[in-house]
Amino acid sequence: MTATVDDVGAAASTDGQSALTVNNLWKVFGPRADKIVGSPEADLSRADLLAQTGCTAAVRDVSFEVSPGEVFVVMGLSGSGKSTLVRCLTRLIEPTAGQVLIDGEDVVSMSDTRLRELRRHHVSMVFQHFGLLPHRKVIDNVGYGLEVRGTSKADRRSRAQEMVDLVGLSGNENAYPDQLSGGMQQRVGLARALAVDPSILLFDEPFSALDPLIRRDMQNEVIRLHHEVGKTMVFITHDLSEALKLGDRILIMRDGALIQMGTPAEVVATPADDYVRDFVSEVPRSHVLTLAWVMRPPRPDEALTGPEMAPDTIVRDAARRVIDAADPVKVVDNGQLLGVVDQDDILRVIVAEETPS
Amino acid sequence: MRVTRRRAGRAAALAAAASLLLAACGGGDIDSGDSGGSAGGADCGDFNMAINPWVGYEASAYVVGEVAAQKLGCNTNYLKLKEEIAWQGFGSGKVDVVIENWGHDDLKKEYVDKQETAVVVGPNGNVGVIGWYVPPWLAEANPDITNWENLNKYASDFSTAETGDKGTLWDGDPSFVTNDEALIENLKLDYEVVYAGSEAALIQGFRNAEKNKEFYLGYFYEPQWFLSEVPLVKVDLPAWEEGCDADPATVACDYPEYILDKIASADFMASGSPAADLVSNFTWTNDDQNQVALYIANDGMSGEDAAQQWIDDNPDKVDAWING
Amino acid sequence: MTVELTEIEHPAAEAPVPQDDEGGGRLRWIALGVVVVVWVILGVIFHGKGTQDLPVSQLTAFQEWLNELRNTIEDAKFNGNPIFLPIDWLSEALDWTVTQLQNLFVSDSSRPQGVAQVGWAGVVALAVWVAYALSGLRIAILALAVMLSFGWLGYWEQSIDTLIITGVSVVICVIIGLPTGIWMSRSKRVTSVLTPVLDTMQTMPSFAYLGPLVLIFGIGNPGAVVATLIYALPPLIRISAYGLSTVSPSTVEATTALGSTSTQLMTKVQLPMARRTIIVGLNQTIMAALSMAIIAAFIAGPGLGIPIIDALSVLNVGIAFVSGMCIVFMAIMLDRATSAAGERSEATSRREVNGQRRRLILGISAAVAVVVVAISHNQLRWNVFPDSEWGRRIANWVNDATDTISNSIGQFTRWLSDAFTEVFLNPPFGLDAWFVDAPWWLVSLGILAVAILLGGAGKEATPRLAAAVALGAAAVLMSGYWADSPLDMSWVIYWGAVVALLIGSSAVGGGGALIPTAASISLIFAVGLWNDSMVTLTMTLVATLFVMIFGIVVGVWMGRSRRVDATVRPFLDGLQTLPALVYLVPALAFFPAGRFLAIIAAVLYAAPVAIKITADGVRSVAGPTVEAAQSLGSSRWQMIGKVQLPMSKGSIVLSANQGLLFVLSMVVIGGLVGGGGLGFLVINGFSQREDFGKGLAAGIAITALGIMLDRITVHTAARYGRADTA
Ligand SMILES: Nc1ncnc2c1ncn2[C@@H]1O[C@H](COP(=O)(O)OP(=O)(O)O)[C@@H](O)[C@H]1O
Ligand SMILES: [Mg+2]
Repeated sequence: MTATVDDVGAAASTDGQSALTVNNLWKVFGPRADKIVGSPEADLSRADLLAQTGCTAAVRDVSFEVSPGEVFVVMGLSGSGKSTLVRCLTRLIEPTAGQVLIDGEDVVSMSDTRLRELRRHHVSMVFQHFGLLPHRKVIDNVGYGLEVRGTSKADRRSRAQEMVDLVGLSGNENAYPDQLSGGMQQRVGLARALAVDPSILLFDEPFSALDPLIRRDMQNEVIRLHHEVGKTMVFITHDLSEALKLGDRILIMRDGALIQMGTPAEVVATPADDYVRDFVSEVPRSHVLTLAWVMRPPRPDEALTGPEMAPDTIVRDAARRVIDAADPVKVVDNGQLLGVVDQDDILRVIVAEETPS
Repeated sequence: MRVTRRRAGRAAALAAAASLLLAACGGGDIDSGDSGGSAGGADCGDFNMAINPWVGYEASAYVVGEVAAQKLGCNTNYLKLKEEIAWQGFGSGKVDVVIENWGHDDLKKEYVDKQETAVVVGPNGNVGVIGWYVPPWLAEANPDITNWENLNKYASDFSTAETGDKGTLWDGDPSFVTNDEALIENLKLDYEVVYAGSEAALIQGFRNAEKNKEFYLGYFYEPQWFLSEVPLVKVDLPAWEEGCDADPATVACDYPEYILDKIASADFMASGSPAADLVSNFTWTNDDQNQVALYIANDGMSGEDAAQQWIDDNPDKVDAWING
Repeated sequence: MTVELTEIEHPAAEAPVPQDDEGGGRLRWIALGVVVVVWVILGVIFHGKGTQDLPVSQLTAFQEWLNELRNTIEDAKFNGNPIFLPIDWLSEALDWTVTQLQNLFVSDSSRPQGVAQVGWAGVVALAVWVAYALSGLRIAILALAVMLSFGWLGYWEQSIDTLIITGVSVVICVIIGLPTGIWMSRSKRVTSVLTPVLDTMQTMPSFAYLGPLVLIFGIGNPGAVVATLIYALPPLIRISAYGLSTVSPSTVEATTALGSTSTQLMTKVQLPMARRTIIVGLNQTIMAALSMAIIAAFIAGPGLGIPIIDALSVLNVGIAFVSGMCIVFMAIMLDRATSAAGERSEATSRREVNGQRRRLILGISAAVAVVVVAISHNQLRWNVFPDSEWGRRIANWVNDATDTISNSIGQFTRWLSDAFTEVFLNPPFGLDAWFVDAPWWLVSLGILAVAILLGGAGKEATPRLAAAVALGAAAVLMSGYWADSPLDMSWVIYWGAVVALLIGSSAVGGGGALIPTAASISLIFAVGLWNDSMVTLTMTLVATLFVMIFGIVVGVWMGRSRRVDATVRPFLDGLQTLPALVYLVPALAFFPAGRFLAIIAAVLYAAPVAIKITADGVRSVAGPTVEAAQSLGSSRWQMIGKVQLPMSKGSIVLSANQGLLFVLSMVVIGGLVGGGGLGFLVINGFSQREDFGKGLAAGIAITALGIMLDRITVHTAARYGRADTA
């Protein structure tokens, strides 16, 4: 770690509110990887770096914070470093440089014992390929995390049973993983992660291997669980609609670096570059954008007699009323008029899918 | 479900009890108190006889071994070992006796003189001859073939695919005492040694050669039961003289006559085992050995059975060994 | 002796086929042709020159030094050097263990006090019960039949002795092998250090280490167990390391993420998940142990090897046949029992409902077994196996048949032997002309050129070529062929260089066949056994040619028809389980001693493997492809020649690889029956004190030959066939 990283880290960590803070995180794979960060080579593009040094910078200089209870989505094309990033959070992959704070505690400098404590009690993870133990029944797979931390058999059985019920697998507790469908297997993975009652849940593309219909079920399941258990979640996906559906905020990565971070509407409305624009071009904006993004100042000739709506109303939800109303709808926050939206503004989003100017 | 398990346990317990009952009440015909040793065997114990890989040796070994087992109550173990490996066993007590030793001055120097783990017990009565032999029809058809100086004349007749233009001299097991490579070299013979691998392979070679009237020159030795089936004829090499074979690299003379002797483990001879006395006293003639060897090799008897037959036929000789 | 695990070791990664472009391929074949032509011409010109042929009795400096080493060790042991304290303790512990087991289980009718604690009936009952508990009813019935057959065939004691030696060795194999496998699966460095060691353990002919083992551990039980151990250990280590390192990484990651310690990871995740693979390794280890336990009879190991050696020395085919039957039955029993146990353990743990009934049956049958054990403990009839005439009758019958056959075909087989030797081995036409009777530099360069053309030089060919030249130069210096007196070099340096060459030959495999081949050739030269190695090499090549012919013909036949496969495969299995030694006896009865005999035995021994691999390859050609070819109207021969053979090219190269290694191991054993070459030297070194060093050197040379042939074929396969590289 370089001095600058420490400085920035110290500055950021003064904010005790966040559940997870990542400062200037780097992960470089390859020979003498630790020499890269801070050297001029670090500024090379990923391809050039590989050609010159044989190293791959999977994560480069990424910083972000996640607040308690937030669902934070990391998105990017395959190979952009998402999996590496999320694994660095609990040091399943050792970061090359940077800082990771979980509940204010520095993960990078933790001893092995403390790190194990963290993994056993505070952070658990759901994987793309499930990672279940084929020789154990569902109930014993779910109880695994409790088992390794020494919970008595009776306790872990009852807790595991609760989790099995919670994820909707009641009746399957004595089945073996290979007897379950992919979706059900991932429910086991979910139950296993929940069983240790972590404060943070990490998901690495948990539903990519599933059929679209089952994927939708599972997404809803996550939303439901989030409402029920209210955990902080870091969710990795390469699927924008999944990101928009689940995320309170979205971080977009390319070639290991952070390209843009913001709420779904921000990302869709103001893509930071062509990469992001490409990403969001297929998204039905009306499902994402809020009135705040389509409103405009009232024209002098307009009557301000239409109905009032909040600025965070999704366009799609507002459409009917805007179209039905005779006058433009007023966007009002705390009694203050922010702007207006009329039929044309709405139709422009829904039909033309144009970027609002 | 619980019930079933308990029932299983109960059944097992019942059966175990029954078996204990059976064991206790006996009806058995084995004295389970001690399983070791029959009468008189207490002071003999294990008697480990090495068996080197030729039938004549086996004959001597089984006769001594069976006498020890039956008359002295020893627990005789037969260990099939090549000479050199057998000698290594003296030190560890794994081998007690090598009953027929052909020279092996190198081994004597190491184990008798240097390590003192082995002792030479004395001659076993057999006289050993080693040499090159041809089948009888060949000696009859070409009488001059039995003189080594004429061998080169016949080299091409003795040639095989294995040796190309050169004549083939067949040797036996690589562990046998042999100077043949050096002899060929030093006598300037147009021959090459091929190892048939065993006594049996040599015998088969000679047998076929006699039957089909083929040329065959091989390493062979007496005492040897096979000579009574096919009386092979020995080729005369330059006569042996004291010291002519001292240097194995330059040897150019025939093999000496071997007074075959008995080698035993030093510890075994000092142990006072009755079998040690038996080994000291044991001697017999080449004919005796050939007789037993014939039982084994020709009549397909096991070593034990062949020895038994001879022991039954020669009680007085056996008594002489035992009563010293 | 070799490896039967390559199928696992070289996981048939269906990687994209690295095809060479057409032009480059043709160029390479032309180059190969040029090499052969030059080799032939120079071979004729320099015929008989520089063949480095030394008489058996002449030892090079290195070989003399090995003799001295042997004497030093013997003296150290004799003088009670403290190094031998733990070794002596270990041999005594092994001896004690085996003896106790023998007292417990082996009733011997020929001994006056040969009554064991548990008689034959008890042993049978226990074996059947264990088979039932681990592997199920079918295997239990098999075990019953097999165990009884030991007695009926007249080899009860020897069979149980063999089981004991095998069992003790396998237990130690597990104790050593599993942790080593775990260690290897966790560390690349350990893997790279151990791989050449394991290669050596598997290719070094057993006779080469029997001598040193006797020196260190003594004859009898300890030597037998240790010899068996050395040979049987590698499969378990390799396969369990492979199994453990291929446990699904996502599961390992997931369980790590839940905070497992590394011990928890091993015991709760990796070992259970690799269990099937580990049992496959255990199975291979048991088979290897069984075959080595037979050979251990050469150092007074107890068991079925004794009648086999007997049969070999008095040429009694009947005895070899009957004791061979016992070995095959035992092998089948152990093989089926372990495989079934592997499959069952999972199945039974899942069917918990039946578990209750199962426990009931197990309990009752255990009780019955205990009763039988008790009866056999105190009733002579159930303790000492009753005499049975069956074995003797079968043996006599086989002997009569052998006599009849060999009398009627004896002349023909002798003619065949001569003709074969003249055509395939002897100059001017046979391979000997280009290997044995050609100058050493021509042969080495020729082999190197072929190795490079087939197996590649690897990346950065120039430094590799330079390294190869350096290796060769060192070898020429070390061999001492041209020094009048033994080279005046410190033995430490000498020995260090040899070891470095040996390790180098297998470790520096990176990317091509060049370095391993150069290192192997150098090593062969350095130990002073060039000519004998070439004798062995020609025999190996000729035998492999025939193995491949059989492999392809029978393999295609089997691969195309399930019915043929089902009929032929059991015979192949039987042939494969028979220890190498057993083949020699009937071969020697029908054919005259010599290289031809060794080649026949080698072909018999190696063909089953080659046939099976080819058959599996042909079978695995995808159904749709065959269907498509059929719909295009291919004839049967077009189908074989244009579709099935080309598509199973990878399997065929793999079978050549296995064929070569199997043949090599058997050609060595052929030294027992006039095969000459390195095999004879190894056996001779085991038999004659003054030739010890030469024998051990020959063992090293065989290992080098094996590694060379293996690497050339593996790299060739990697370039032309499926990516089968290790
Ligand atoms: N263990 C590793 N060694 C070398 N490179 C790696 C390793 N793991 C990942 N990479 C590289 O890092 C980059 C990011 O990979 P990853 O984090 O898996 O991306 P994503 O999950 O976004 O698809 C990729 O280019 C990948 O090849
Ligand atoms: Mg990923």
